[in-house]
Amino acid sequence: MTHAATELAAATNEHLASISNTLIYSAMAVYTLAFFAYIAEWIFGSRSKVGRTAAALTAQTAAKAKAAAPAVTVNKAGGTAVLERPKVVVRSAAGSRDVPDGPGAHGGDEQGDLFGRVAISLTVLAFLVELGGVVARAASVQRAPWGNMYEFNITFSTVAVGVYLGLLALKKNVRWLGLLLITTVLLDLGLAVTVLYTASDQLVPALHSYWLYIHVSTAIFCGASFYVGAAGAVAYLFKDSYESKLAGGGKPGTFATSVLERLPSAATLDKFSYRINAAIFPLWTFTIIAGAIWAGDAWGRYWGWDPKETWSFITWVAYACYLHARATAGWKGRKAAYLALIAFSCWLFNYYGVNFLFSGKHSYAGV
Amino acid sequence: MSKTTASEPGPVPAEDQDLGAAGSQLSTAPQEEQPGLPALGVIGWVRWFWRQLTSMRVALLLLLLLSLAAIPGSVIPQTGIDVLKVAEFRKEHTTLAPIYDKLGLFHVYSSVWFSAIYILLFVSLIGCIVPRTWQFVGQLRGRPPAAPKRLTRLPAYTTWRTEADPGQVREAALALLKRRRFRAHVAGDAVAAEKGYLREAGNLAFHIALIVMLVAFAWGQLYKSEGNKLIVEGGGFSNTLTQYDDFKSGNLFTQDDLDPFSFRLNQFTGTYELTGPNRGTPRTYQADVTYSVGAYGKDKRTIIKVNEPLQIGDSKVYLVSHGYAPVITVRDGKGKVVMNRQAVPLLPLDGNVTSSGAIKVMDGYRNPEGKKEQLGFQAFFLPTYGGKGSTMLSAFPALLNPMLALNAYHGDLGVDSGIPQSVYQLNKKNLKEFKDSKGELFKKQLKIGETMTLPGGAGSVTFEGVEEWAGFQVTRQPGSVWALVGAVAAILGLAGSLFIQRRRVWVRAVTGDDGVTVVEMAGLGRSESAKVPEELGDLAATLYDRAPGAPDPESPEDDRASVPAEGAEQK
Ligand code: HEM
Repeated sequence: MTHAATELAAATNEHLASISNTLIYSAMAVYTLAFFAYIAEWIFGSRSKVGRTAAALTAQTAAKAKAAAPAVTVNKAGGTAVLERPKVVVRSAAGSRDVPDGPGAHGGDEQGDLFGRVAISLTVLAFLVELGGVVARAASVQRAPWGNMYEFNITFSTVAVGVYLGLLALKKNVRWLGLLLITTVLLDLGLAVTVLYTASDQLVPALHSYWLYIHVSTAIFCGASFYVGAAGAVAYLFKDSYESKLAGGGKPGTFATSVLERLPSAATLDKFSYRINAAIFPLWTFTIIAGAIWAGDAWGRYWGWDPKETWSFITWVAYACYLHARATAGWKGRKAAYLALIAFSCWLFNYYGVNFLFSGKHSYAGV
Repeated sequence: MSKTTASEPGPVPAEDQDLGAAGSQLSTAPQEEQPGLPALGVIGWVRWFWRQLTSMRVALLLLLLLSLAAIPGSVIPQTGIDVLKVAEFRKEHTTLAPIYDKLGLFHVYSSVWFSAIYILLFVSLIGCIVPRTWQFVGQLRGRPPAAPKRLTRLPAYTTWRTEADPGQVREAALALLKRRRFRAHVAGDAVAAEKGYLREAGNLAFHIALIVMLVAFAWGQLYKSEGNKLIVEGGGFSNTLTQYDDFKSGNLFTQDDLDPFSFRLNQFTGTYELTGPNRGTPRTYQADVTYSVGAYGKDKRTIIKVNEPLQIGDSKVYLVSHGYAPVITVRDGKGKVVMNRQAVPLLPLDGNVTSSGAIKVMDGYRNPEGKKEQLGFQAFFLPTYGGKGSTMLSAFPALLNPMLALNAYHGDLGVDSGIPQSVYQLNKKNLKEFKDSKGELFKKQLKIGETMTLPGGAGSVTFEGVEEWAGFQVTRQPGSVWALVGAVAAILGLAGSLFIQRRRVWVRAVTGDDGVTVVEMAGLGRSESAKVPEELGDLAATLYDRAPGAPDPESPEDDRASVPAEGAEQK
């Protein structure tokens, strides 16, 4: 490349980098709008006053008595030739509460629902803008956008929102998560543009490797998904104590009632959180192994108990604990949920804490 | 029901209570026992201890302990990672350090207590896997348990009446289930079927893979070797112990384990960021080498990069460091060359490769009085010197404006004393300084091509040029293939274990009181899942085609029965 061409390329890259910055700031603005729309959804949703959980739980005691009668559905195809599917009756396991899922943040309120839809549209828009910002950043440095913590953060929040929107697109019951998610995304981006900002630049040679791409991209995806799983576990803990308070004849506060009534049932939240964590665990295992292979190529050893490696291992073992806990009598439910949260804190610590507190081989340019 | 169940009547988990044998054996997880008191006697205690150790609860606790125990190693400096930091820590914390030493906190991952935890965990794991594997083999040999009496109690249930003959329905169901890859058989008036054994197989494979990985790591630790070699451009290396600058190996390593090969460094190339805030950050490092395998192997040329080691046999050659080696010529007072264009590698001190080291003239030098003497120079090298008046630190890692600063000594270098000494440092005990006109230590800064003349006609030193050197690490980690195989097996096993649902389906067909056949189908999964009813609905729909519904008798009893239990979701 001639000198002039180098200059030109550098100029384009700087141009792209500034486009990326603009896009990230725009995304933040749109996320903020979405944030207010989610708030409006919750506020309007609070107008509905259905005490579904309480109703279900009182009905349940009555149902218990009836449960002795066989629950049978007879398919009445009649004598006609119409072929109908026999209906399947589903029974939940003995001992679990039968509580229907809440209606979501809008609480069945029409206006609330409208705001919720607006919020989701805004989230989609912000997601696309942010994605553009990440791609522009990648183009400006001509490599994957995770050479430093700033890039890691913007990619991480994009992926977290992507996971959320993906789950929505798959028609999963996750809309209630919106406000919490967007709040953390705003925090994450705020941190990124203020504390962590690093001008775009090249990687040190040790970071040039396709194993790095595999390792870091899966790590980001795992983290974003574990985040969603942890949010589910938190919601489960609140909803579960709410339900058991009601079942025990207690009276939760009006705010708790207003919020928790609208969430899915504790059983649903528990399953949701478990499914995500369990589905991501093999991928997290793979992430660590990919990292070890990369370390083997870059540093001449596969595993050296570097702080980052150590905390990945701790995170891994913590999630293994969680999965074991769910298979161990006496550890299901709340205790397992606490373990899931501990495991996610380990992940977070590995991501932020380790980079700031310890210096290991993993702390690269720009924090 | 399978034979194994009959021989092992353990307590039934709570969720299976009203299902009896039908719900048992859906996994091989050990049953939870209350930690009762051990029976008397040594054997009683041993048995009690073993039971505890191999229980799920203790496995969970050991796992928790393991993650806790790994934490201190990330907080306290470790000798295995950074010896210098440990030394610093010892200096700063004189009271804490001895305590840490006693607790093995400077080498957590090889300490007694850390080892104890993972060894216990793996003993527990083996103690858990062996019986589980037998049980699983038993389950594979046996058959899915017969239908429970009341299918209505199962998590997913459906029924209809049909004019088809019960035997025909069972046959159709058996054929259907077999086609869907269920293991199915007719037991009494019902077909019993089960699918998803891969879940258990995956889970066992995962836990066994963990053991394989651990053994592979241990093996690697015992047989590994790791050596470093610094090579100046044009220099070579052959893989024998004596050629290494330093060498570490596992306890069971022998010299014969070294793979025979040799290589030569043709050229080292480093490029750096020229502009921007990260100016000076390396962009590429690469070493152009020619290597040959075995004693008479053919020469092959290749490039070694930071992430791309050269693999020869079990050994990998990594590029781990680089620096500069000024080329020096030394003459004595009569002009006789005593050191001819020798490249002297210096050690980098910072990111911009400010380097230091020593130049030692050991033989052939005679001082102006004609006596044998040795010369020593303390060398300080900047690849990019900022110019007069700037700091003695390099401004950039590449060779933009090289400068070599030397301090000169003469006398006895002490290299013959038998005590090994660093090639980068002078032992000044028996050395005298050359003095300049003011009576101070003689020193001089040289650019390429410049010569400094030693005072008193003691000779001269010429800075001829600069070569680059590259540091290579040659490692041999046997067992890493097995670790990788274990890792891949672990992931596959995990995926099987977590994504496959083990479930049972029963189809009962009996002639009702009115002579019409009643078909009942029920499904049971290991955990509650939406997939089980979905699949059951699908199977039912297919079977329904074969055994279409018969008109319902208008009996009030059936009407009542058609109301599903409260809270049950209808599909
Ligand atoms: C080295 C430590 C261990 C790790 C990292 C580990 C990890 C895991 C993971 C991730 C699972 C989840 C897979 C699933 O739910 O199917 C699991 C399941 C299981 N583990 Fe372990 N495990 C370890 C040691 C043990 C030990 C010592 C035992 C025996 C006491 C054990 C018994 C089990 C059983 C029975 C299951 C299956 C539970 C079920 O069927 O749902 N594991 N393990």
